[in-house]
Amino acid sequence: LALSIAYLAVIAALASAVIALGAYRRRDSWVRALPFVLLGVSGAAAVTAGGWALLDGLKQSQILPLGLPWLHWHLRLDALSGFFFAVVGLLLIAVSFYGPSYVRELEGGKQPLSVLGLFTGLFAAGMLLVLLADDAFVFMVAWELMSVSSYFLVTYQHQNAANRRAGFLYLLMAHVGALAILLGFGVLASFGGNFTFDAMRAATLAPLWASIAFALAFFGFGMKAGLVPVHAWLPEAHPVAPSHISALMSGVMLKVAIYGFIRVAYDLVGDIQWQWGLVVLMVGTGSALLGVLYTLMQSDLKRLLAYSSVENVGIIFMGLGLSMIFLGTHHPVLGVIGLIAALYHVLNHAVFKGLLFLGAGAVQYRTHERDLEHLGGLIHRMPVTAALFLVGCISISALPPFNGFVSEWLTFQAALQTPKLESGVLRAILPIAAALLALTGALAAAAFVKVYGVAFLGKARDRRAARAREVPTGMLIGMGMLAMLCLVLGVLPTTVISVIEAVPQMLLGQVPPSLTARGWLWLTPVSADVASYSAPLVLAGILITFFIGRLLLRHNANPIRRSAPWDCGFGPLNTRMQYTAAAFAQPIRRVFAGVWKVQEQVEVTHAEAPASLVSSVRHQLHITDWSWSKLYEPIGRLVLSGARHIGRLHSGHIRTYLMYTFGTLLLLLWIVT
Amino acid sequence: MTAAPDPILAWALALIQTLLFIAAAPLLAGWVKRIKCHMQNRAAPSLFQPYRDLVKLFRKDVVLAENASWLFRATPYVVFSAFVLAASVVPLVAAHLPTAAIADVIVLVGFFALARFFLALAGMDIGTAFGGMGSSREMTIASLAEPAMLMAVFTLAMIVSTTNLSVVIEHNLHAGLILRPSLLFAMLALAMVTVAETGRIPVDNPATHLELTMVHEAMVLEYSARHLALIEWASQIKLMIYVVLIANIFWPWGIAETFTGTALSWGVVAITAKIAMIAILLVVWETIMAKMRLFRVPQFLGFAFLLALLGMLTHVILETGA
Repeated sequence: LALSIAYLAVIAALASAVIALGAYRRRDSWVRALPFVLLGVSGAAAVTAGGWALLDGLKQSQILPLGLPWLHWHLRLDALSGFFFAVVGLLLIAVSFYGPSYVRELEGGKQPLSVLGLFTGLFAAGMLLVLLADDAFVFMVAWELMSVSSYFLVTYQHQNAANRRAGFLYLLMAHVGALAILLGFGVLASFGGNFTFDAMRAATLAPLWASIAFALAFFGFGMKAGLVPVHAWLPEAHPVAPSHISALMSGVMLKVAIYGFIRVAYDLVGDIQWQWGLVVLMVGTGSALLGVLYTLMQSDLKRLLAYSSVENVGIIFMGLGLSMIFLGTHHPVLGVIGLIAALYHVLNHAVFKGLLFLGAGAVQYRTHERDLEHLGGLIHRMPVTAALFLVGCISISALPPFNGFVSEWLTFQAALQTPKLESGVLRAILPIAAALLALTGALAAAAFVKVYGVAFLGKARDRRAARAREVPTGMLIGMGMLAMLCLVLGVLPTTVISVIEAVPQMLLGQVPPSLTARGWLWLTPVSADVASYSAPLVLAGILITFFIGRLLLRHNANPIRRSAPWDCGFGPLNTRMQYTAAAFAQPIRRVFAGVWKVQEQVEVTHAEAPASLVSSVRHQLHITDWSWSKLYEPIGRLVLSGARHIGRLHSGHIRTYLMYTFGTLLLLLWIVT
Repeated sequence: MTAAPDPILAWALALIQTLLFIAAAPLLAGWVKRIKCHMQNRAAPSLFQPYRDLVKLFRKDVVLAENASWLFRATPYVVFSAFVLAASVVPLVAAHLPTAAIADVIVLVGFFALARFFLALAGMDIGTAFGGMGSSREMTIASLAEPAMLMAVFTLAMIVSTTNLSVVIEHNLHAGLILRPSLLFAMLALAMVTVAETGRIPVDNPATHLELTMVHEAMVLEYSARHLALIEWASQIKLMIYVVLIANIFWPWGIAETFTGTALSWGVVAITAKIAMIAILLVVWETIMAKMRLFRVPQFLGFAFLLALLGMLTHVILETGA
């Protein structure tokens, strides 16, 4: 039955796509809301099916008479896919509340909404189907459905040349990645003799081939997930889509790639080696650190959020890498902790990044502005959005008692179990990775202080920001749901983990008994003596002190007087005297110079007389990603010149082409005989 | 857990210890100020001057900037709560109190980060250049100090394989006087982070107002009356937490392991002596150093990080008999 509910989720998403084609032609508001209602139904069904699979730890598979004649569709719902199903479902529900009001803004645009609705539905269906796939064929078909439909969503506003360019880059990268995945499946299938996942699972691979399959999968899925250095498409593509789509892409599409990686590495390849874990850990750490450094330098709100996805994916892969190192060195209990940390962060990142993208969409909805330097003071104009966005910022900065902290804490705990390792090198590397994670977390906090401080606090820097008002209730409900989840996932980690535990149970056949051993109040990985964290008590403690403080101090205080802020006696301050986003990040830019390719130009024009007076200052700052000039452009040039050489074959004479045909025929005959 | 007698007694003790911690924090600030004055040949204020200042601030009426939002008004309470909670976690007089299990060292660092996050936001709320400047600098310094601090903590955690403060202290207490180079490095790193995080010379000057070099004071420039009092008190608690951490982790002797009257009173005497000593060291350090330029601070913290890293490596290489 759980599998039928999962089908319902896919079918509802497809139905939403089909209905969207016609719905937006009608004037009735309920018909126009229908695609999103169906998307919500799909999300609810996905959460139900996924939750069921997790709670019962069931494994259901079915063969549908679809697809190729010799390879029917194998579908399966187990704890791992159930977990990701639930993650996707949660975001779909939030988007279904948020969407109907949000797309009203796009109504007057040049593109029909039906296109947006069609591809949104297909995109959701594709993601869900990837999770259900139990053979490489369905997997790749669904994967392509997901990639291609999201390409159309990225290029939805295609008048803008930058969007078309981003879309092209996205499609290209998606396919390079897909090619690697396909090759990886090819390796597995050649040993399993069959394209079904069951056959691949049963096959035993030679270590070299296992490593090759792993490397291909890591590259392919890592590219889709946005690991450094193959991340450059992500901050281009994610921001240009409409915001609810950005939320889905950053929140869950990246997670589907992580699902694929876990499925292949843990489930299909099986026998994990610690060297793989080391590679994953190092790439993950690099992604996390570079991701957050790039995040800090962005001034476009959605681009910044996209870069922060790179960071968070890096953190997830750090957890996975730790887990693989421990599994490879035969410490399964610790391996489980790493895996749980990674999965927990998958869930958390989906929730808070979804929330933040929806919040960015809300800001854009009212101000038509994504550039932080033009925003400001929104906390006065959009109080509810501001409060919800703050929850997202706190969560993503990994501050207790919200959810981001729990998963980072678990990752730290996994990294600190190094004394149990035999190899001295690993014992030294793991704590360094943990320290870099600490650096990442602290920089992320700086980045989100910048975002929130510049966009929501202070005074409006622009007329449009000054006139903004609160967004419609539907959008607030969508964001509010995710904000609530941020708190719940942060405060009840033990409950959440006891649900997630079904995944390692299925993949590795064991659960650490100690993680939740002391009841729901205490989270104790390894054992209570090693580390414990009680999020409910932390929240209670903060709330109690907060309210005691307010009660004691406010009960007979005089009314508060408002007055002008301190201006050093120079006369009134104006909004341009505030710190800007670029100024906020300047010290960090100076400390970590070299990470970015920075072009900064300052032109100072002096007044005629006296010459000491400055009449105007012009400041230009361009910060670009090194991966562009060091990786992408050389490869691009190589491919182009290669194509030019091959292009010489096209002489334009029919004789030459006939000769090619003849030569090919001869070659083929030679091979056949 | 060696001693787990009566849970009610234990929780009551934990509560009393937390209250003691909060109440004693201004005293430490007064002590530091007093010996600093003596050291610099100035007339010293009373030891209880910080209490008088707090009382004075609590009695005043609040003046808020025109643009201040609810966030600005909530921040002092959030910051104060975070530090009170952090104080409740740190073993002061007795180890093995139940509150110590609520959070380990990493969560403690998380509490500091939470408080800093809100303070930095409050600095940007008014829309003045000073606030933004303070926030930006504070977040920069913090983002370098946090990894250094955690690296020191990790070194400790690897030596005793736990991040629980009570267990760390118990371990070090029973290990006796073994000179571990890794612990020494970790302690130096932690001391340097303490200087940076609590805004002391040479990183920041706690006694400055309206200077272009200020960091912490720039963020809280717009606060007044009870809000300011809470923030000042919170930063006094913060200083005390760091000092107690160094005192009790690296010199745990005297801390009460059982909840008997004699053990507890010995604990009080011991911790008072240790804090007083560390405060004197801090004052000597602050008196002989000049304030650094802001952009030398990363080097300072980088050095702290390096020390912690060295500590970790010496532990891995020298101290684990492979």
